[in-house]
Parts: sequence; C-alpha cells; structure tokens
Amino acid sequence: MNAIDIHRKLEENAGLLIFGILFVSAIGGLVQILPSIFQETVEPTAETRPYTAAELLGRDIYIREGCSTCHSQQVRPLLAEVIRYEAPAHAGESVYDRPFLWGSKRTGPDLSRVGEKYTDEWQRIHLVNPRAVVPKSIMPAYPWLERRKANSGNDVHLRMKALQRLGHPYTDEEITRAAADVAGMTELDAIVAYLQSLKIDTSVDPSEGGH
Amino acid sequence: MIFSLIWSILGMAAGVYIALELVIPTIDFGQEWLSYGRLRTLHTNAVIFGFGVTALMGTAFYSVQRTCHVELFSPRLAWFCIIAWQFTVLAGGISLLAGWNAGKEYAELEWPIDILIAVIWVCFGVVFFGTIAKRKVKPIYVSNWFYGALIIVIAMLHIVNSLAIPVTISKSYSLFAGAQDAVVQWWYGHNAVGFLLTGGFLGMLYYFLPKQADRPIWSYRLSIIAFWAFTYSYIWAGPHHLHYNAIPDWVQTLGMVMSIILLAPSWATMVNAVMTVSGAPQKLKTDHSLKFIVLALAFYGLATFEGPMMAIKSVNAVSHFTDWTVGHVHSGALGWNALITFGTFYFLVPRLFNTQLYSKRLADIHFWLAISGTMLYVLSMWGAGISQGLLWLALGDLGELSYGFREIMASMQPYYILRVIAGLVFLSGAVIMIYNFFRTIAGRKTATVQIPAPSTAPQQPVTA
Ligand code: HEC
Ligand code: HEM
Repeated sequence: MNAIDIHRKLEENAGLLIFGILFVSAIGGLVQILPSIFQETVEPTAETRPYTAAELLGRDIYIREGCSTCHSQQVRPLLAEVIRYEAPAHAGESVYDRPFLWGSKRTGPDLSRVGEKYTDEWQRIHLVNPRAVVPKSIMPAYPWLERRKANSGNDVHLRMKALQRLGHPYTDEEITRAAADVAGMTELDAIVAYLQSLKIDTSVDPSEGGH
Repeated sequence: MIFSLIWSILGMAAGVYIALELVIPTIDFGQEWLSYGRLRTLHTNAVIFGFGVTALMGTAFYSVQRTCHVELFSPRLAWFCIIAWQFTVLAGGISLLAGWNAGKEYAELEWPIDILIAVIWVCFGVVFFGTIAKRKVKPIYVSNWFYGALIIVIAMLHIVNSLAIPVTISKSYSLFAGAQDAVVQWWYGHNAVGFLLTGGFLGMLYYFLPKQADRPIWSYRLSIIAFWAFTYSYIWAGPHHLHYNAIPDWVQTLGMVMSIILLAPSWATMVNAVMTVSGAPQKLKTDHSLKFIVLALAFYGLATFEGPMMAIKSVNAVSHFTDWTVGHVHSGALGWNALITFGTFYFLVPRLFNTQLYSKRLADIHFWLAISGTMLYVLSMWGAGISQGLLWLALGDLGELSYGFREIMASMQPYYILRVIAGLVFLSGAVIMIYNFFRTIAGRKTATVQIPAPSTAPQQPVTA
C-alpha cells in the first residue's frame, strides 16, 4: 500500500479527515504555547506593579479607543530604536497586561516609555486636540474624554476583582477603596494617569536585551 | 428546491458583501481622523468576518453540494448560519463603534459576540460535515479539505484566544497576560489569516478554477502534499509577528524558519493551479471569471513570497510596525481575496440566474480598475513602509538619530494620498461589478417569462 492509497482512506472517511486536520494543525500551537504556560512563568520585574484604579480605567479607555492601532508599546533591542525610545522591553513588565498592548503598527511613536516625558497638561491638550501642540500631527482628537466621568459604569471595583481572580495582587482594601479613589475623575484624567505610568523599569539591566 | 436554496444563499452572500464593500472604505475615509481607532477595527472586522467569511460560507455550501452530489445536510440550518452570521457581524460592527473592544487584533469583539460566533461556527461545521457524511461519491474532493480545515482550525483558534473573564456585558479581561497573551494572540492572528484568508480561499480556488477552466486539477499528488504541508506548517509561523519582542528567542527563530518553509506548500498550490489553467489558455482570453481568478493567483504568489521574506528577522527589523505590513496585507486582501471572490461571483451570478452577464465590457473595465487599484495601493505602501523603516533606524556619524519621528510622519502624506486614490479606483471597479450584476439579474426577469427548469442532476465533480 503506497502513500496515495493511504491518503485515499483519509479522503473517503470524513471522520478521519477531521481528526487528521485537527491533529496536524494542533502540533505547532502546542509546542509554542504550552511551554509558556507550564515552564517559563514570567516573573514581574522589581518595579512592575498592578495598575492603580485610575490607571486601569485609563488603560481600558486606551483599548476602547483603539490607540493601539497606531501606537506600539514594545521597544525592540535595535540600536536606533533604543536611542529613540530607550530601554528595550522586558517580558516581566507586562505580566499585568490583559490583554497585552504591544501593537503592530507605528503610525504614531512607541508609547511604552512616554510616562513623564511630557507634563500632564501637555498630555491633556494633546489628546483633546493634537494639532494644538504638534501642528502637522495626524493623530485623531479625543474631545469627548474630557466630558465623561472615568467610572461612569460604576464598575471599577468589579474590574479589579476580576483581575484579582486572575492573580493580580490587589488587596481587598484597595478594591473597596477604588471607587472613592477615582471619584470625580474624567476619562481624560484616567488616560493621562495611565500614560504617565508607562516608564522605564530601572531595575532591569538594559544589556539583558528583550528577554 | 435545491436550486432556489443555493441561489438565495449566494444572492444574500453577494448582497452582504456588496453592502459591506460599499460602506467600509467610505467610512474609513470620511471619518478617518475623527475616530480612527474604532473605524479601523470596524474595517478589519467587516472585511474579514463580513465579506470574507460570508463569501466562504456561501461558496462552501454551494460547492460541497456539487462535489458530494447531494443536497445540504440541513438547508434550514444553513439558512440559520447565513442569517445569524449577518446579524452577528452587524452587531459586532455596532459594538466596536460603541467602544466594546477586547483589544486583540482581529479578535476585538467582546465576549457576548464571541459566543454567538462560536455557536454559528459549530452550526456551519454541522451542515458542512453533515453534507459530506451523506455524500454519494466516495472520495472527498480537495476543495472540501480546505473548507474543512477552515472550519476546524478557526473553531480551535477562536475559542482559545477568546478565553476571558467577563466583567460587564461589554468588558472582559483575557485569561492570558503579557508575553503569553502575545504568543497566543499571534498564534490566532496569523492563522486566522492563514486558514481563513489563505486556506479558505484556496478551497474556493480548488473548486471554481478547474470548473471554469474545464480542466481537472493538474496534479492530484501535489494537491495532497500541499494541503498537509500547509496545514502542518502554517500554525508554527505566528511568532514572526513578534520578532525582537519580549518573547523567548527560540520561539522567534522557530517562527522564522517555519515561515520560510511555508513558501513551499504555498507555491506548490500556485504551480498546481497555474498548470491547471495552462491546459485551457484560450479560455483565459474570453472568460472574465477566469481572468480574475488567474490574476488573484498572481497576487497570491506575490503575497506568499513577500510574507516569508518579511518573516526573516533582519528584514523584519525594517518592515515591522511600518506601512510595509499594510501593503503586504492588502496585496493579499485586494489582490487575492477580493479578486478571487469577484471571479467566483462572475461565475456564479449568470449561472444561478440562468442568464448571460449583462456586459462583458463593464467586466473588462472592472478588471483593469481592480489591477490598477491594487497595484497603486501596494506600491504606495511599499514606498511609505520602506522609507519609514529605514528612516526610523537611520543614524548619523556620531550615532545620533538622523530624523525625528514627527518629521518622518509628515513626509508620509503623499503616500497616504496615493492610497486614498488607490482605494477609490478599486472601489469604483467593485461598484461597476455590482451594477453589472444588477442589470444581469434585472434583465433576466423581463427576458424570461418561463424560467427553464434547472437541471437537478448533479454535475460531474472535477477530480483528477
Ligand atoms: C491615527 C493614528 C493615531 C491614533 C489612533 C492615536 N494616535 Fe497618538 N499619535 C499619533 C501620531 C501620528 C503621533 C505623533 C504626532 C504627535 O505627537 O501628535 C502621536 C503622538 C502621541 C503621543 C506623544 C508621543 C511622543 O512621544 O511624543 C501620545 C502620548 C499619544 N499619541 C497618545 C495617544 C492616545 C492615548 C491615543 C488613544 C486615545 C492615541 N494616541 C491614538 C497617531 C495616533
Ligand atoms: C478599497 C479597499 C481598501 C482600502 C482603501 C483599505 C484601507 C485600509 C487602511 C487605511 C488600513 C489601516 C492601515 C494602517 O494601520 O495604517 C487597513 C487595514 C487593514 N485592512 Fe484594508 N482596505 C481596503 C480593503 C481591504 C480588504 C478587501 C481586506 C481583506 C479582505 C482588508 C484587510 C485589512 C486588514 C487585515 C488590515 C489590518 C492590517 C494590519 O494590521 O497591519 N482591507 N485597510
């Protein structure tokens, strides 16, 4: 029985064909993903901590508005890139990122080290109307952020509780306090808090590269 | 009964596809600066899930009946799939505009929609494999292997990548975090492209190309080898989206090597298809459907060559994060997916309505608009992408950066204008096609008082 005959069997039996496809296609994924689940648990770097209530809301707004369709958050260990954006990314920095926001397109610059590069005031003006500070900017304006309350869904504690269940080290006290912490904040305040939190982790030896 | 079922399903698939094609680029350009982040997400979801999946579902239902010589396993369930899918894509689109966004590329839809997708997908699988199970010919034809792989693999990818803990109806947190999430996401993202936009459409190719060229597939052996090699190796290539990112080196290298290997099965299929057509060169001059399919094949070859090149780490250092990627995506999306679908529709519409195409000249014009739109799009993005990549990395004599980010951004304007023109050219071609179909269908109603009874006798399958 040659290979073609064997394949005839497969072709004549739908169940075998389904199984064949499933088996063959599953191998690659298993090899690449399982080790990351069972062996190489990534430890947070020394300065990496879960997001505060305000930062978390800001991050969720960043996701909602699709900022990551234009901005990456991942500095690659290439010389020019490190000069432009500073220290390359370390896996330990994103252990509290659900989902990760490394991005795939830089219509705008990388933002993973943008924290404290500008004042809060600059960030606010820029988000409401980028052309006010960067005349040729092609970034969209986000005037509505200023008008909305950050915790308008009244669910910040639920968000933190869900993350706590996933293993983020929030204390119960932090969670109960969360709503009060962000009371009165606008969405703009929250997203600026998030942007300012994106900083170089000085505990990481930069020569270690990306991993 | 069978006939009406099939044409209605396809008519609807075409209708939806038409609606989406018309709507998407207009919104994209009209409001690009207003809320780009949401609209871009809508664009990718609408073309992939709205246009891509609907076309695949419609043609899968059509061709599986012809190749198995039986009616669909459950026409009602098939109807349910098609209609429920339209509803889901619509709801998904609205939810994205409303800001429900899970934040993962091509998997932005939030958990309630993800569940709907999973349910419909299972129904799709039941209809498809149910039909295969009751087939009257023993061997399962090649096109069905690809459609089958599409159904199975996408189900697996979708379910794993969408695992999340819901917080509210519109918000959930991924079960995976950080680097691990990245690997899972691009395992999904790359293979959604692979098994849907490449594999699924190869199923379309394997049925409609031999059918239209009136020639059996050139090499049966080659199609077997290409299919299994494709199914095996595609899955490994995801990490090429994460070169130089904070994931382990061995994963990146594996992704790179497997991406390069992937060139072989991709081109094997192309060779097989080209040799099939070359058996009937005279048809290529006169047949519009075939012309589109063959041009699509050329772009397929281009994109599947470019992809592995971009997966090489040193090339990727330049191309990643730039418009080069966008150019690559669209040489596949416009050149391959859209053109083969157009070709298939030029084949199906006259056949389903039992008539002749209204105007061959318009189809010719569409052909040229489609080529030039795609070429202009790809060229403008190559220009933009390669200059971005090189300028970002350029260093002066003292090791200082040569150009600021904003300076480079501002120099992109001419390329972006070219792309708008490219999009309009491509779109106007599609509008002409729709007009052509509309007249074709309208013409039939007045011309034929008595519709000739369609032959319910199954057609010969095109197996070698
Ligand atoms: C259409 C693409 C696009 C989108 C979407 C976008 N941006 Fe931008 N962004 C840019 C461009 C281009 C620049 C560079 C010009 C400038 O500074 O305005 C930029 C610059 C920035 C900067 C300054 C970075 C620096 O280092 O100088 C910040 C901060 C920023 N964007 C935040 C955001 C946030 C937050 C969002 C989502 C609410 C967002 N961007 C959405 C394109 C975009
Ligand atoms: C008239 C035709 C089209 C136009 C003008 C157009 C335009 C665009 C634009 C402006 C973007 C954003 C690029 C960026 O990030 O800078 C984009 C992204 C994308 N488009 Fe299209 N598009 C068209 C048709 C299609 C079709 C038919 C498909 C698929 C079948 C498609 C698939 C995609 C995908 C997958 C992306 C995301 C690319 C990435 O993540 O890098 N597009 N398109």
